[in-house]
Amino acid sequence: MKRVYVNENRCLGCHLCEYWCAFANSGEDSIVKAFKLNREAMPRINVEDSGEIHFAVQCRHCNDTPCVKACITGALSVDNDGLVSIDTERCVGCYTCVLTCPYGCIVIDEKNGGKTVTKCELCVKNAGNEPWCVKQCINGAIVFEDRTNAERQAVL
Amino acid sequence: MSVNYIPATFAVLRDTDRCIKCRACERQCSNEVHYYDADFDKMFVHEEQCVDCQRCVTICPTNALKITENPNSFRKASNYSQQLILENYRQAATGAVLLSSMGNPQDFPVYWDKMLINASQVTNPSIDPLREPMETKVFLGKKHTHITRNPDGTIDMSEQSPQLELKYPIMFSAMSYGSISYNAHESLARAATELGTFYNTGEGGLHQDFYQYKTNTIVQVASGRFGVSKDYLDAGAAIEIKMGQGAKPGIGGHLPGKKVSDDVSKTRMIPKGTDAISPAPHHDIYSIEDLRQLIFSLKEATDYKKPVIVKIAAVHNVAAIASGIARSGADILVIDGFRGGTGAAPTRIRDNVGIPIELALASVDQRLRDEQIRNEISIVAAGSIRSSSDAVKAFALGADALYIATPALLAIGCHLCRSCHGAKCNWGIATQRPDLVKRLNPDIAYKRLVNLVRAWDHEIKEMMGGMGINSLEALKGNRLMLRGIGLSDKELQILGIMHAGE
Ligand code: SF4
Ligand code: SF4
Ligand code: SF4
Ligand code: SF4
Repeated sequence: MKRVYVNENRCLGCHLCEYWCAFANSGEDSIVKAFKLNREAMPRINVEDSGEIHFAVQCRHCNDTPCVKACITGALSVDNDGLVSIDTERCVGCYTCVLTCPYGCIVIDEKNGGKTVTKCELCVKNAGNEPWCVKQCINGAIVFEDRTNAERQAVL
Repeated sequence: MSVNYIPATFAVLRDTDRCIKCRACERQCSNEVHYYDADFDKMFVHEEQCVDCQRCVTICPTNALKITENPNSFRKASNYSQQLILENYRQAATGAVLLSSMGNPQDFPVYWDKMLINASQVTNPSIDPLREPMETKVFLGKKHTHITRNPDGTIDMSEQSPQLELKYPIMFSAMSYGSISYNAHESLARAATELGTFYNTGEGGLHQDFYQYKTNTIVQVASGRFGVSKDYLDAGAAIEIKMGQGAKPGIGGHLPGKKVSDDVSKTRMIPKGTDAISPAPHHDIYSIEDLRQLIFSLKEATDYKKPVIVKIAAVHNVAAIASGIARSGADILVIDGFRGGTGAAPTRIRDNVGIPIELALASVDQRLRDEQIRNEISIVAAGSIRSSSDAVKAFALGADALYIATPALLAIGCHLCRSCHGAKCNWGIATQRPDLVKRLNPDIAYKRLVNLVRAWDHEIKEMMGGMGINSLEALKGNRLMLRGIGLSDKELQILGIMHAGE
């Protein structure tokens, strides 16, 4: 399955991917509306900065999916391709997955007062239909690629 | 502190209806223009620091930004422009020589824009480059005057001087590692390799990592002799002796200490953080005979396998100087016009010294032909070749190939803000600051360079086809293909062309 990968040698820490992710998942038709009408527009990608090092992190769609195993209601599931998604109808906001995710990629949904969590679903469910963070990155730092397990291990 | 006489050059306009306060502009402006104020929950600016590099405008996700000239203006006078007044203020405040970068922006005539290209009608058919073969490959180096044949009838190539084979007639001019970044060098090197043309190290030596692109590298030897070693000479397909640069004839290079990073200091073989100032002359060259000695020393050092290039700035008497160089043993002559770019030059020199490449090229080509030594040396024109039509005109005036630098930098993001000497280039080109260098992604940039040269090549072929010419060889020095417009008799005479309508 194609997944999103970041190359920290190219990431500039501009944080624009966060804003585009928030827009992609806001349901609004423009980024201005997403932030002006919908103040809690929230990204599922998070850019980590430390001095000169920056990289964007979002769900890795891991092979062993600890979050799916930990989820007490079955709200988190993984499909045959390996895409990890969330069914917010089932989520009860216990945050067990938040504690389990080794990358800190499960996001508490502030929009509904933290009643549920949300996460990157590779933009398959939103209007974007292709990863917006990849499309909008200004330096080609995030890519959407099919990599083998060995290649994935090498970067982890 | 006293009153600062200098107002902001640019106004930064932000449409607050659009701005979502993402602060990307703040993070990306190396001049620290934008800032967020939490009390007002609003973005503000220090606009006096803006250089109009357009970085923030380009990345703003909501197109909320516009940079314009500051509408504030001094009282108008034709003899004292605001620019001149400000420059005097600046010098009064600092006591220093004014520095500038990129090409001469003053309002001198651009002769390319005063020449028109021919096309065939009726009597000689034009050629369609998409349907018929069209040749823009060139070989640079000394050419035989006579053909001698081997007993079996093949042409005798044994005495052939070394040649540079260019798949496209356009090369990337000298830009040193130091003046431009590692990523910019990597982009140029990879693009030249993919295209089958050449890039030029400039006077700053060659980073170890780039020795792998040696078949497409021209190594430069300038008066400072930075980074010159046997390995360096061997790493070039040709060696260029830089006698002068169009942007600053008569003086040497100047790399501000801010740009002499660890790696640059290693490559140049000079201490870190020190200004790298190359001497105005080569201290061992005071005559054509001395130049000849250096040419042959370099040839000797490299087994006579590589062409030696001599680069001069276009100045008065350029034709006589070129004639000397053609007799000095050099294989290729580069003439760099006064609009050529630079990473740093004294403003007064950049704006007032030298002559246009169009006139220099025409007079050199004519002089060498008159003296019947044109075959002794190939001519490369440089210094503000801005487009494929400038290129076609340059070939018709006698150039064998061209060097481009400003268009190459434009291809990789330069917005011509002319602040290279500040060493804070927001596009990661003219800087050594790692966070800024990172902004230039060579994987993206080298493809853009390749695209640019291929696009120009398509257009050159189209214009050649229009003239009924199917090989660059038939365009070179073919001044009948040009007509002047709005030029005086003297200008037409120097350019060696007729006026439009003739
Ligand atoms: S948009 Fe690209 S460069 Fe900017 S922070 Fe995100 S990954 Fe990094
Ligand atoms: S793929 Fe879509 S949802 Fe996932 S981080 Fe990127 S923009 Fe956000
Ligand atoms: S980049 Fe654009 S939207 Fe973001 S803070 Fe700056 S002006 Fe506002
Ligand atoms: S210097 Fe460049 S990035 Fe900074 S405000 Fe001016 S145009 Fe924008």
